[in-house]
Amino acid sequence: MSAPRIRPMLVKRDRPSLSLKILAPLLALVAATLINLLLYLFMGKDPVAVFHAMILEPFISFPSFSEVLLKTGPLLLIAEGLAIGYRAKVFNIGAEGQFIIGAIFASALPVWYPMATGQWIWPTMLLAGALGGALWAGITAFWRVRLRANEILVSLMLSLVAIQVLNYLLLGPWKDPNGFNFPQSVMFQYDAMVPLIIPGTRVNASLLIALALALAAYVFMQKSFMGYKLEVGGLAPRAAGYAGFSEGRAIWLSLLIGGFAAGLAGAAEVAGPIGQLQRSISTGYGYAAIIVAYLGGLHPIGIIFSSIVMAAIYIGGDNALVSADLPIAAVRVFQGSLLLSYLMAVTFVRYRLAFARPVSEVPA
Amino acid sequence: MAAPLLSLRGISKRYGEIRANQAVDLDVAPRSIHAILGENGAGKSTLMKLIYGVETPDGGEMLWEGEPLTLASPAAARRRGIGMVFQHFSLFETLTVIENIRLVVPGQTRALIARILELGAEFGLEVDPHAHVHELSVGERQRVEIIRCLMTDPKLLILDEPTSVLPPQSVDRLFETLRRLRDGGVSVLFISHKLEEIRAICDRATILRAGQVTGNVAPREHDAHDLARMMIGRDMPEPPPMKPAEPGETMLELIGLSYTPDDPFGMPLKDMALTLRSGEILGIAGISGNGQAELSELISGEIRLPFETREQVQMMGEPAGHLGPAERRKLGFAFVPEDRLGRGAVPGMSLARNSLLTAHPLGLARRGLIAVKQATEFTRRCIADHDVRTSGPDVEAGGLSGGNLQKFIVGREMMLAPKLFFLAQPTWGVDIGAATAIRQKLVALRNQGVAILVISEEIDELFDICDRIQVLSHGRLSPSLETRQTRPEDIGRYMIGAGAAA
Repeated sequence: MSAPRIRPMLVKRDRPSLSLKILAPLLALVAATLINLLLYLFMGKDPVAVFHAMILEPFISFPSFSEVLLKTGPLLLIAEGLAIGYRAKVFNIGAEGQFIIGAIFASALPVWYPMATGQWIWPTMLLAGALGGALWAGITAFWRVRLRANEILVSLMLSLVAIQVLNYLLLGPWKDPNGFNFPQSVMFQYDAMVPLIIPGTRVNASLLIALALALAAYVFMQKSFMGYKLEVGGLAPRAAGYAGFSEGRAIWLSLLIGGFAAGLAGAAEVAGPIGQLQRSISTGYGYAAIIVAYLGGLHPIGIIFSSIVMAAIYIGGDNALVSADLPIAAVRVFQGSLLLSYLMAVTFVRYRLAFARPVSEVPA
Repeated sequence: MAAPLLSLRGISKRYGEIRANQAVDLDVAPRSIHAILGENGAGKSTLMKLIYGVETPDGGEMLWEGEPLTLASPAAARRRGIGMVFQHFSLFETLTVIENIRLVVPGQTRALIARILELGAEFGLEVDPHAHVHELSVGERQRVEIIRCLMTDPKLLILDEPTSVLPPQSVDRLFETLRRLRDGGVSVLFISHKLEEIRAICDRATILRAGQVTGNVAPREHDAHDLARMMIGRDMPEPPPMKPAEPGETMLELIGLSYTPDDPFGMPLKDMALTLRSGEILGIAGISGNGQAELSELISGEIRLPFETREQVQMMGEPAGHLGPAERRKLGFAFVPEDRLGRGAVPGMSLARNSLLTAHPLGLARRGLIAVKQATEFTRRCIADHDVRTSGPDVEAGGLSGGNLQKFIVGREMMLAPKLFFLAQPTWGVDIGAATAIRQKLVALRNQGVAILVISEEIDELFDICDRIQVLSHGRLSPSLETRQTRPEDIGRYMIGAGAAA
């Protein structure tokens, strides 16, 4: 008989734990912070300085916090759109490309009509951007529904195509003739800019639009029949088939909503803090928003909080870059470890840790 | 009685609020066939999981040949000499018999083949070791599962509802095998809710109700009535009375329906013909896997026919083969699928939200929004009218027992007031009380003039409620048989594909 040993094992809970569902993202945040601080310690950085720059400053310094709000806008917009699709199990990974195409569509107006004036310009640009993003996502939907191509791969690869479209425009027809050959468009006119809402900062009305759309997403997902159909498709595809809810329609809708939101975010970026079309319009918002969506539990209200957290990580990382001499990859590492920690933490929503009792074995 | 092979004393197991087993005592004698009898949800499966080491008990003790037994895993149980054949087979269809067995039994291929043939001859379990599993009939697959268990020389073999998948002729053969096993020194634990079977083959029966032992008897000394009373706690319900049929208009017609599924392991359907009129119940007998799944999806609209062949399915007199499920419901069609969780209901959603699945046209969704009040009201009515035992409309569908969830789904579909009502395996995994309630409702609907189509594996059930029966075997549908002029053996002949010769 071998010596009794205690083995840890995961046991499925009778029902998902609600308190852990709320706690999981917070636990993940704490764990990721600790892991990264340890990492900085190994790299020989001063953890106190990093902690101050990265975690505290984004919230205690008003200029820093206003930048957090500024970054919250696009993350919130994109993540809300993606979450709707993810709940229907339609995995749009190409928000980055839809964001870029949205920025391009929005820029067409000021690039072609740089002298136009009037308060109609920026709303038109936002709308054009949103439609552009939806159009780009529609390509993925078409391939998925008509040709049964995997939407993860198609949407991801289309992001690479979108970057090349952007490069072509900036190096060719849309290059600012007076821009010393830099790959960027003309600076946009005043009426092409989304109005600021907090004086002395760069925070503009697109944040309000994002919050309004978050509420709309809440109504759509929790109250509307269409949202219900999408959710049934995600939870139990065969039940959706039995009920007669069209799978194709769910895929189209999921992708179009995701593309619309990402395109809108792209438009708000060029019509906001950037003010022109350039190569670096996105710092990976489309990918970071995937983490934001999951960290918010794919719930429209949860995502409001998770997008603020993710925005703070961006700003904190920038701060630490300057004041604590962290490498530029630190933000990406933080994002990645946050997602991993979260994925581990959510395991405990449905499972609990148990220890197997000592076992009496018979010789085999 | 000899010293027991396996003894359970005061075994208890609870899952959250549910006490699946309470202080269960059980003695299995060596060289015996011992029945565990009980309705679905009585705790039979839990008890077997404890004996086979899938779960560990919360209290009580198990003795194996007089020594205390604790099992951490099925592997530990197998080492002790306990084998189990599950209701749902765990064989890889693309592999051959010998390849499947080699996956779990160590040894040289040639020696294994010799052993398979030897066991086959000894216990009447003949099977070709080189055949691919997908070519085998259900009875043959079951033989492979039993052989696989016997390879490890068990002293106790657990069979979970082994007859539920077999045609009548194969049942006799299985029983012969079990008798030979007993005489060869293997004890058999036989789980079932079919009384006559247990009387036919078992030496001893332990009866479970609501997790507790309610009887421990020699089944041959009791009639089915007594056993049923111990099992369900009251007298066996009567089969519902049938008025003479008065068939009216044709509600469903299949005209030369042929279909080849995309799935290479699916069953192609060939040239099916069927006519169902209002005020009658037509039963489709046969073992699943003979085209049942394909036929039910073709009738429900989950599989649509191309527009050109839409006339092969006629509903309420209209060509309907090209219509989807929602459009067929608009014609007055309702459907209860064979899988409750994940198809007939979404497990992770509340009952109220599950009502929306098919009943949304009844005002449960308005102006694009979910009408929460109406949906809750509808669900409450369904729960009350159809005796669904649950605490309310907010309970998740996945939390209901099989029987209760089935009553909910049948109730929801009946509330759609269909003209044509189609049920696939309506009493699969449903306890006797709920099954009887469902059958009585179907007969009442028929008497009101609804056309009802039932696909079922349970021949007794079809004989209880059907006016006519057709048998589905190998993707072909037999001619229609008047139930009153038909014997179960006739059905059995069609099930094994020998009907025309009779």
